[in-house]
Amino acid sequence: MTNRNSAPNDAQKSWLYRPENHKKLWWGFGLILAATVVVQLFVSVHGHFGFDGWFGFSAAFGFLSCALMVVFAKLLGYLLKRPDNYYDDDV
Amino acid sequence: MFELIFPPAFILILGAFLIGPIRAPLRPLIVLGAPLLTLYAIWQMGDGILMTAQFLNYEIQLIESSPLRRLFATIFAIMALVGGLFAFRQAKWWELAAAQAYAAGAIGVSFAGDLITMFLFWELMAIFSTVVVWCGGTEGARKAGIRYAIMHLVGGVLLKIGIEGVMVHTGSIEIQPIPLTNIDGWLILIGVLINAAAPPLSAWLADAYPESSPSGSVFLSAFTTKTAVLALILLFPGQQILIWIGLYMIFYGIIYALLENDMRRILAYSIVNQVGFMVCGIGIGTEMAINGASAHAFAHIIYKALLLMSAGSVLYMTGRRKCSELGGLYHSMPLTALCGIIGALAISAFPFTSGFISKSMISQSAADQHLMMVWLLLLAASAGVFLHAGIKFPWFVFFQKDSGLRPKDPPWNMRAAMVLLAAGCILLGVFPEWLYRLLPYPVDYVPYTASHLVTQLQLLLFSGLAFFALLPLMKRTLTISLDFDWVYRRLILSLINRLISLLSHLNTALRNISSRVFSIIWSYIGKHHGPEGMLARTWPTGSVVTWVVVLLTVFLLFSIY
Repeated sequence: MTNRNSAPNDAQKSWLYRPENHKKLWWGFGLILAATVVVQLFVSVHGHFGFDGWFGFSAAFGFLSCALMVVFAKLLGYLLKRPDNYYDDDV
Repeated sequence: MFELIFPPAFILILGAFLIGPIRAPLRPLIVLGAPLLTLYAIWQMGDGILMTAQFLNYEIQLIESSPLRRLFATIFAIMALVGGLFAFRQAKWWELAAAQAYAAGAIGVSFAGDLITMFLFWELMAIFSTVVVWCGGTEGARKAGIRYAIMHLVGGVLLKIGIEGVMVHTGSIEIQPIPLTNIDGWLILIGVLINAAAPPLSAWLADAYPESSPSGSVFLSAFTTKTAVLALILLFPGQQILIWIGLYMIFYGIIYALLENDMRRILAYSIVNQVGFMVCGIGIGTEMAINGASAHAFAHIIYKALLLMSAGSVLYMTGRRKCSELGGLYHSMPLTALCGIIGALAISAFPFTSGFISKSMISQSAADQHLMMVWLLLLAASAGVFLHAGIKFPWFVFFQKDSGLRPKDPPWNMRAAMVLLAAGCILLGVFPEWLYRLLPYPVDYVPYTASHLVTQLQLLLFSGLAFFALLPLMKRTLTISLDFDWVYRRLILSLINRLISLLSHLNTALRNISSRVFSIIWSYIGKHHGPEGMLARTWPTGSVVTWVVVLLTVFLLFSIY
């Protein structure tokens, strides 16, 4: 995608868009993720079915089910996607 | 305090009539005053049947009140009020009037004590929601509005046939659980499900809502699908089939929203997804599940309106609606971004937002009934909600890349409406008992346990990880996705065109054959009767005389003997 105005150079870009900060953002996110799993060592998670009380079950299930949905959507997209003017000649 | 027994819906209908003729400076008074008065009327009514009337020899119940009905009417009136605040300085007066009549329909259905009253207000909604779609003002809105109207009129006809069947077969027009033992029940169910955007006829929602004006989509998101949810609770609680219909809607919404590029269409698919949670809860049908579905409808109307206000503000300020043309707006529209993010967190059921305290009741009810598969699917769906609405919408609109656009936050009334709803999302999340007190059954559920907080945060944050890890797979494309509406917008149309061309071919072929057959017959007849034909030849006088002589001779011979 191209920018409408001239693309701002790195110094003008806001903190979020500067490439050197991407690594920091990922590290911060990673730490939070780790914390939510580690905290399960101190909090007893009682499941209704047994397996849902396993260590990190929700984390793994959340990640895997989302990955599955994204991939499924991607594949379905090949079948269902059309240019967005597809219906423009509708009466 | 005076006792006012007057159908609350009529206050809004009166308001809708007044908005047009009244002088423009006084309009806000009606736009905001009528919903406030309606709220007052709703809240000073007791329970039970409060008002009846005669209609076509039936005694209809214009007002039947109960905690469940009051809950839905309350949120509808709140939306008429806050939606009016969002819209009143920017929208045309006829959109404001139509929206108020539309809200009147929703509130009328909420208090309808019988099927006839329900149907009348149901159709009021169909008519004025179509007008709200048309208020989008574009050619696209005009066409989408016509498709929308056709779909809802078809739904209305099915509903009406079903209602008449029930009236004939049972003699009762009461609103009560209807068994699916004969066609009447099924027709009513289908009529209601069409309004809930259930499969296969769910495409109307994502087709029409994004074509409305920035404020129109706010009104549209609140009323039609949620009155259908209320009708399902009243008429079909605990129907198992609703569990599976609901689950289908949930995943349909997620998958189509993931494929979508138009920011308001993402949110429209997400309405189907959220209504799916409610329909699933109604299918489970326990007190906890019905409480969950009702609470979720209440919470959902607030955060979905907030999300659509945020998207509507972006559309109003930039004139753009495609994710591929947006991005990086958080800097110049901080309040819109913040409110959008709060709405996104609420729809994803983050702790301390309204979604957390409502959606979890539905999952809990599935677990209580030992429906493991349903519970697992609801869990995956909760993760998917964060994926398609919770991150995707704010990320592509407010962050992503710098689109170079520098719009400001919208005018004060739009900002005020967003702040009010954002506050609502958080307050309900922090003080769940405010909502729990209004639910139809006593609530025996504690949302904030350490275990629930940890598992929910794991689920959501790791869905976030999946989003960012798979971002390349979600690159925005200038596309739409085919849906069931392809059947009536393309397939049936092309079948009709083919039929027409087939008929015209048949026509020419028949003409050819018949003209050939005619020419054969013609030449045969011509051989005998034509100018040169045996029978058409002029006869010489001599032969005629000979034949006359023969005739006379025969006659003479007969007369002698």
